[in-house]
Amino acid sequence: MTATATTTGPAFRDRRPSRRVPTARLVLYGALVLGLLATLAPFAWMFLGSVKPTGEIVAHPSSWLPRTPTLANFEQLLSKQNFGLYFLNSTVVAVACVLGNLLFCSMAGYAFAKIEFAGKRLLFGLVLTMLIIPGVTTFVPLFVLVSNMGLGNSYLGLILPFLVTPFGVFIMRQFIRDIPDALVEAARLDGAGEARIFLRVILPLTRPALATLAILTFLAQWNNFLWPLVIAQTEDHYTLPVALALFSTGANGTNYGLLLAGAVTVVTPIILLFLALQRHFIQGIANTGIK
Amino acid sequence: MTTATSLKPAREVSSTRQPTQRSRRGSGHLRRTVVAWAFCSPFVLLFGTFGIWPVFSSLSMSVTDITSRDVRTPFSVTFVGLENYTALFDDPTFVRAALNTLYFVAVGIPLTMLLSLAVAVALNSGIQRAKGFFRVAYFAPVVTSIVAVAVVWRYLYKSDGMINSLLSVVGISGPDWLNDPDWSMPALILMAVWRHFGIPMVIFLAGLQSIPPELHEAAVVDGASRWRAFRSVTLPLLRPTTLVVAILLSISYLQFFEEPFVMTSGGPLDSTTSISYYAYQQFGFGNYGVASAASYVLVTAIALLSLLQFRIFRARA
Repeated sequence: MTATATTTGPAFRDRRPSRRVPTARLVLYGALVLGLLATLAPFAWMFLGSVKPTGEIVAHPSSWLPRTPTLANFEQLLSKQNFGLYFLNSTVVAVACVLGNLLFCSMAGYAFAKIEFAGKRLLFGLVLTMLIIPGVTTFVPLFVLVSNMGLGNSYLGLILPFLVTPFGVFIMRQFIRDIPDALVEAARLDGAGEARIFLRVILPLTRPALATLAILTFLAQWNNFLWPLVIAQTEDHYTLPVALALFSTGANGTNYGLLLAGAVTVVTPIILLFLALQRHFIQGIANTGIK
Repeated sequence: MTTATSLKPAREVSSTRQPTQRSRRGSGHLRRTVVAWAFCSPFVLLFGTFGIWPVFSSLSMSVTDITSRDVRTPFSVTFVGLENYTALFDDPTFVRAALNTLYFVAVGIPLTMLLSLAVAVALNSGIQRAKGFFRVAYFAPVVTSIVAVAVVWRYLYKSDGMINSLLSVVGISGPDWLNDPDWSMPALILMAVWRHFGIPMVIFLAGLQSIPPELHEAAVVDGASRWRAFRSVTLPLLRPTTLVVAILLSISYLQFFEEPFVMTSGGPLDSTTSISYYAYQQFGFGNYGVASAASYVLVTAIALLSLLQFRIFRARA
C-alpha cells in the first residue's frame, strides 16, 4: 500500500467498476452498439432481402426495407428447388447424430470417469488426440470406406461417421467425473450392477451435460458441410448447406432472391433454437473452452 | 433400500478380497475391464472405424499413388515414398494455398483475439445494463451455417454492394472485394472474424469472471492506471484462457474451407485457395494420394502450432 491509496481511502470506493466518468461509459456503450449493428446487419439484410423480388435486391441504389414484400422466393424454393426435402434430410441427420452421441458417448464417458480398466489411458489418449485432427484429414479414406461399404449416397453414410464424436465422450467424461465417487460406490455396495448404476444414478444426474451435448451436436450437424458435400451425390440426399452451396455456385448463383430465401431456410431453425436455449449454447461453448 | 442393506454383509462374507483398496488391482480388475469395454464398445466400434482408422489410412494413402480408379483394387497401388509431398511443394497452386492459409491464420487469429478480448472486457467491466443481450447478439453469428452466411456476404462485398456504399459515405471508394486478388483475402478474413469472435468472447468472459475483481481493484487503489492494472494483473491471470482460445482458433482457422468454396471458388488467381480447399480439389480430380498428403501437411501445421503456443505461454508464465 502506497501513500496515494490513502488519499481516496479504499473504504469509500464503490466496488462496482462502473462508477466512472459517464462519458467513458457512453463511449463504451456507443462502441458496443456499433459493434452490434455490424454483427446483426448481415442478418437483417438476409431476412429483409429474402422477401424482396429479385429485381429489387439488385436495384441500384439498394434499400434496406422491401418496397413490395413477397413470399415468392420461398414458394419457388419449396416447389421448384426441393428445399423441403433438404430440410427433412438435415433434420434426420442431425437428430440421429444427437441420439447416437447422447447414448454412446455417455456410456463411454461413464466408463472413462468411474471405472478403472485396462487400456483406459491409451483409449482416452486417442480420444484427446482426435480432438485436434481436422475433418479434411479423414474425408478421403472415409469416403472410400463408406463407399465400399455400399453406403455412399445414403442416410447411413451421412450419419454413421458422426454417430459418436471424441468431443462427446470428452465432455461427458468431464461431467461424470464431477459426480461424487461415494454415490457410485454406495450403489455398488448395495449390489447394483454397472448397467443399473449408469441408468439409475449417472444418467439422471448428467441431464445438464446431456442437454449441452445435444445442443452442440445438433448445431455441428446442422451446419456440417464437407462430409455431406462429399458423400451425398444426388439431390435426394443433399442436406441444406450442401444444397445451398451447390445452388449458389451453380447456374442459379445470380438469383439473389432464391439464394437469400435459401440462406434464411438454413439459418432460421438454428437461430430460433439458439434464442430459446441461448444460455446452454453459450455455457456449453464456454465450458468446453475452460475444461 | 432394505433388501440392499441386507445384501451387504452377505457379499462381504462371500468375497475373500478383504482390503477393498487392494482389490482395485486384484481379481475384480478383469471383471471391471470387461464391463468398461462393454460400456465403451459402441463408441469404440464407431470411433475406431470412422475416426481412428481413416487417420492412419490417410497417412498411408499419402505415400502411395492411389487415385479414384484404385479404390476397389488396393493391390494395384504403388508405394511412392515422399513423392506426393515433394510434388506438393513443386505445385505453385499448393504453395500459394499454404501461404494463403498462413496469411489467414497470421492476420485472422490476432484480430479475432483482440476484438473478442476487447468486447469481453467491455462486457465484464463497464456495463450493467443489457449485458446478456449484447452477449447473445454478439454470439449469434457463431450458430449460423457458414454456407448461408457466405451467400449473404458475397452480396455485401459486391463492388456496388452494401459495404462499399457504406464506405462511400465516408468518402472511400472501396475495391471490388472478391474479384480483386489483393482484397479477396482481407474480405474473407473480415468475414471469418465476424463469424468466429463470439466463441473466444464467451471463453474470455468466463475467464475474466473467474478472476476476483479485488485483484484489479487493489492495483488501481495502489495507484496503477486502469490500463496498467489490466496489463499487469488481469492479462497474466488470463494466460490459460488465452492459450485455449489460441489453440481453438488455430485449429479452426487452419482448416478454412467453406469461405473459399462458396464465396470465391479459391480465386481470383488462387488468391483465396486454402490447403483444405486444395485437398478437396485434388480429391475431386481423383488424386487421393496427393489430397491425403496435403491434409497431412495441415495436421503437421496444427500440431506444430499447438506445440508452439504451449511453449510460448509456458515460457512467459
